[in-house]
Amino acid sequence: MRLWKKFKNSYALYSFLRDPVAMGSFIILSVLALSAFGAPIIAPHNPYDTTTINIMDAELPPVWQEDADPSFLLGTDAQGRDMLSTMLYGMRVSLVIGIGATMLQAIIGIILGLISGYRGGKIDSFLMRMADVQLSFSTLMVAIFLSAIFQALFGVAAFERLAIPFLVLVIGIAEWPQYARTVRASVLAEKKKEYVEAARVIGLPSRRIMWRHILPNTLSPILVLSTVQVAHAILSEAALSFLGLGMPITKPSLGSLINSGFDYIFSGSWWITLFPGFLLVLLILVINLLGDFVQDVLNPKLYKG
Amino acid sequence: MFAFIVRRVIQAIIVMLIISFLGFALKQNVGDPVREITGISVSVAEREAIRDKLGLNDPFFTQYFRFLKGAVLEGNLGQSFFYKKPALEVILKKAPATLELVFVCSIFIVLLSIPMGMYSAIYPKRILSRIIMGLSTLGVSIPIFLIAIVFIYIFSIQLNWLPSYGRGETVTIWGWESGLFTIDGLKHLILPATALTALMLPLFVRLIRSEMMEALQTEYVKFAWAKGLSPMRIWVVHAFKNTLLPVITVGGVQIGTLIAFTILTETVFQWGGLGFLFLEAVERADTSLLVAYLIFVGIIFVVVNTVVDIIYGLVNPMVRVTGRK
Repeated sequence: MRLWKKFKNSYALYSFLRDPVAMGSFIILSVLALSAFGAPIIAPHNPYDTTTINIMDAELPPVWQEDADPSFLLGTDAQGRDMLSTMLYGMRVSLVIGIGATMLQAIIGIILGLISGYRGGKIDSFLMRMADVQLSFSTLMVAIFLSAIFQALFGVAAFERLAIPFLVLVIGIAEWPQYARTVRASVLAEKKKEYVEAARVIGLPSRRIMWRHILPNTLSPILVLSTVQVAHAILSEAALSFLGLGMPITKPSLGSLINSGFDYIFSGSWWITLFPGFLLVLLILVINLLGDFVQDVLNPKLYKG
Repeated sequence: MFAFIVRRVIQAIIVMLIISFLGFALKQNVGDPVREITGISVSVAEREAIRDKLGLNDPFFTQYFRFLKGAVLEGNLGQSFFYKKPALEVILKKAPATLELVFVCSIFIVLLSIPMGMYSAIYPKRILSRIIMGLSTLGVSIPIFLIAIVFIYIFSIQLNWLPSYGRGETVTIWGWESGLFTIDGLKHLILPATALTALMLPLFVRLIRSEMMEALQTEYVKFAWAKGLSPMRIWVVHAFKNTLLPVITVGGVQIGTLIAFTILTETVFQWGGLGFLFLEAVERADTSLLVAYLIFVGIIFVVVNTVVDIIYGLVNPMVRVTGRK
């Protein structure tokens, strides 16, 4: 109850209710996420169930065009799957990978960032050098190379079976330096404060100081970063899938749907590629706008630049 | 200063060694070169003989050093399985296409991002600036392959103005296969170059804008206003000149992003360059070519980064002292 009151009187809620863009983005994002995770209930067809797919239904246009089938609201793809259902399932895959990869990045990045910031010295300069080098390679390039290497090492079949964990791993490894840097920077700032000194004076072990004292105080930059990183991870996944290095077409994400539809755009079936494309853009856009809002609320000073 | 350069060069060499080591390890673990050579109708004993002759039974590090020696002294990065030619030769043959694309794209970026960034920094409240910033938020949210697909859909399929794939007609000038000098080649270039620009542009506009805004707040710009200099002179000579350095260095480091995006652009437009080659190599499991591409891109990348860092160090003494940006 007290928590609720605290939330009700908070600055975050106050500015949220006065920011139509943030509210709109939040509503759209909630609708998208709910329909993605509720896809098995909401979707009119099940694209994973091959017995319900009829190849004769392939490449039907959306309902408002001629020779459409009213049971397929947004038309069908080249395999006769309902576009709407496939997109919902695809968005679920994209979101799972995006969130999973961000969590993995956060775990690696926070641990290394904490160690590097708190211990300092040789470990610090080694880890940060590594982060610099990897970051300068651009995360998308690292991700592309890593999945190309994984595919070469394990073969396409294994890659298709384990695509989700592979992609989470690839994107997670590719982007950890972002977190490590952010965490390290705030750890360096926190380390000098008096409460850390006090904790050290009463003889707490440094692991406890790192996790229980410093980490909670670095959470707001982590939160700001996380929204941006989810959008980034979803985009990276889409790019990898579009290149054929990501999700296979039997379990499509939005990226692989766009890729599979691209082959048919020349025969006039634009909906197979453009609908998932617009959905992807909408998803990324609302996450980015929410990220801007979170950054604005939690860190007004940083936002000015 | 000398120590700084030496340190950066050593670092670059270490990065290159790591890349080549990863590449070589990959090559070792995928496929069997003896089987590629002999096929299936050769006895085990003969295979072992070939294996011995090729030095494939040597310890891993002996082989790695042999590979390294060949790569450094003769530029030998191995044979492409698919093209049956030295991998480096295949790569160099495809490089001009990518370089032309990147060249045209960087001209677009320079011509567009500077005025756009400066304008939105000088008049942040005007409608045009808001439109520019809004578009750049949108641009960050749209994946490049989607921009490219929409371009193809609108300009090639619906309007039928521009060709959608390939490089078109090319002419060879001093061994450089170029599409810049034929009308057909230029027509083919427009869509990929615009798509690539649309993606890189927001990044630079935002960067120039924020640097420029910072420069406009400084004391010396205020002093220049007080002195009564003309606005144009203050904006261009005083403020903008000082934003150039960070823009150039950050821009130089963006080459990794650019490489990743050329892979995507070239895939959509079937542009016969390096990125397309890379994906073909992945699809054909042409590990040798893949590794050669990895090392080639790695070299370009490390050289550019090192040069940018050194230039930055030359101009900005703070970097030299702390040894890090």
